[in-house]
Amino acid sequence: MSGELLINAVVSGLLIGGFYAAVALGLSITFGYLEIVNIAHPTFVIFGSYVTYIINLNFGLDPVISGLVFAPVFFILGMALYRFYYTSFEKAGQESLNGLAFFFGLMFTIEVLLILVYGVDYRLVNAPYIGETWHIGFVDFPLRLTVPFVIGTTMALGVYFFLSKTFLGRAIKAVSQDRLALQLMGADPIKVKQYALGIAIATAAVAGSLLIIIGPVEPSVGRLYIGRVFAIVVLGGMGSVGGTLTAALLIGVIESFVATFYGPSWAPAVSFGLLFVTLALRPQGMFGRA
Amino acid sequence: MFTNFVMKRRLVALGGMLAAALFLAQIFTPTTTRAAEPLKIGFSMALTGALAGAGKAALIAMEIWRADVNKAGGLLGRQVEFVYYDDATSPSKVPGIYTKLLNVDKVDLVVSSYGTNEISPAMPIVMRKGLVFMSLFGLAVNERFNYDRYFQIMPAGPVPKEDWSRGFFDLAMAQGDKPKTIALLAEDAEFARNAVSGARINAKKVGLNIVYDKTFPFGSSDLTPVIRAIKSSGADLVYIGSYPHGSVGLVKAANELGLKAKMFGGGMVGLQFAAIQKNLGPLLNNVVNYDFWVPEPTLKFEGVEAFLAKYQAAAKGKKVDPLGHYLPPYAYAYMQILGQAVNKVGSLDQKAIAEHIHATTFKTVVGNVSFGKNGEWAQTRTLQVQFRDLKPNNLDQFTKAGSRVVLYPKSVKSGEIVYPYK
Repeated sequence: MSGELLINAVVSGLLIGGFYAAVALGLSITFGYLEIVNIAHPTFVIFGSYVTYIINLNFGLDPVISGLVFAPVFFILGMALYRFYYTSFEKAGQESLNGLAFFFGLMFTIEVLLILVYGVDYRLVNAPYIGETWHIGFVDFPLRLTVPFVIGTTMALGVYFFLSKTFLGRAIKAVSQDRLALQLMGADPIKVKQYALGIAIATAAVAGSLLIIIGPVEPSVGRLYIGRVFAIVVLGGMGSVGGTLTAALLIGVIESFVATFYGPSWAPAVSFGLLFVTLALRPQGMFGRA
Repeated sequence: MFTNFVMKRRLVALGGMLAAALFLAQIFTPTTTRAAEPLKIGFSMALTGALAGAGKAALIAMEIWRADVNKAGGLLGRQVEFVYYDDATSPSKVPGIYTKLLNVDKVDLVVSSYGTNEISPAMPIVMRKGLVFMSLFGLAVNERFNYDRYFQIMPAGPVPKEDWSRGFFDLAMAQGDKPKTIALLAEDAEFARNAVSGARINAKKVGLNIVYDKTFPFGSSDLTPVIRAIKSSGADLVYIGSYPHGSVGLVKAANELGLKAKMFGGGMVGLQFAAIQKNLGPLLNNVVNYDFWVPEPTLKFEGVEAFLAKYQAAAKGKKVDPLGHYLPPYAYAYMQILGQAVNKVGSLDQKAIAEHIHATTFKTVVGNVSFGKNGEWAQTRTLQVQFRDLKPNNLDQFTKAGSRVVLYPKSVKSGEIVYPYK
């Protein structure tokens, strides 16, 4: 086993792991704190990719900047989505099965709308750093993956500190633990959840811009990520953004290591195998609440 | 009053006799005087999913054929109608679709969807009904079925798995600086595995040492570790079977990591699609990959340019491949062959149609086509093309000769190879 190859495999894994963290972050908030099984989250990521594509194509704006510029729009969309979900399902106590069906329907609706508006051809973006590589000694940092890593981990850390250090952030963490206590503290749980889903969907906009930097996108690509993002959130621990980031990086490194030394076809089996072993030993995930 | 009653009864009787006469006339009127029912051709097509970009382009080409043939009077004097459903590039949907087409929609003829993975699942259903099955770009599908009414429009050749990559190896072994080692990589899907399986056979035949031989999951996000492993194997040749998402990731990773090889490419789907070609641009330079039609002077078959002009006009605003070089000419051709055969036989007798297709060389927009016993082309015409001198973000360069030079087969060669790749 060559040391050079090993170190590059680890670095590769960390880079893609940072991107996985960006994709899984929103689900970590909705699934972990709001207990909403938002199966449509990867589709929102794809929606973000298409918004990035249109801005990049028509205005030449950098993909990452496009994602950041549109994040507030997605935030408002997320808030509106929660309001609808609460009124239709949560208020009537029907969030478990009907809510899940709603998000399934939303996933297919968004996908079909993307097909109708943008067609089915693959979409890619241009940016000066796509195709360039930094070399530090024998270690390669393809910028196509490095930029998503930097943005993804920065966003994850940003959300982590927001949830830990701000009143609203702590309220979001509290709403899943004890809603009544939160109300007694003077916070409206409905508004808090609204902001939470808004933040989750906003992260999808940014994750979408990173996805289309890494590779081509067409409307059904989101389905490739459903299993992986849920695995990352569960492995990291429900209600733990730090756990999601750690799990994403870990899965990225494991996939990269296995792909390099044993063959890429084994990579998903090994990373999902890790998930099963972890859940067998620690059902709440690596950093979840017991 | 009595007279009025009698008159009324006579009028009613007269009306009844007239109605009966008209009714009987309807039944006994010869069929040639009635409007002919449409002739229905059924198929599934990838209109969503990973291969939808090409599938939608194929459908446009098929609709052009339908319009052309209906303008000329249809098939057997009947206007042609399509009955089709989206298989979403999902093999599991295909059997249900073809069962419905045959048992519920009662189509008169069937053709295939696009791609190996979507053609194979339809075979048992089609075979049970004894139908002629014109198919669109399936690699070695009939190898195990051995169905004598299967016909493949993709010009793979009589031994499709091996003929598919034969050109790549013939080119490599003809070089002065002969390669000694090869890396084989296949995406986990039937087409890619078939392509690489054939490459494996060819590699052993020419005495190459296989130093890397792996598969990767469909839709993988990052293929940098794979390219790094191939780079560290030091392979002289890199032969890949992949789908668009994987093809883009591999080409980008190869450039980012500075992969050096004598030849790189082979069976990468997606490098024929306009949007991907435009985006990858110079990253494709010197890649040697398969293709079936490019705008080189050696491939100006009768009718192909006129067809492409029609296609490009029809594709405007439909958010599909604007150039239509890859699948559309062959989608038009496979319908041409079916149509010509049906009209020549003069009926929908599937056995007679199949026998006619086996015995005939057809003139189509992709040149003369004749089939061997297994329904594959009697001679391979899978091109090996090399991307040359590409500029970034420029679609127009792909409409001109010289951007994709044909290296193989000799009969349509348009230039010499640039060797090594990097």
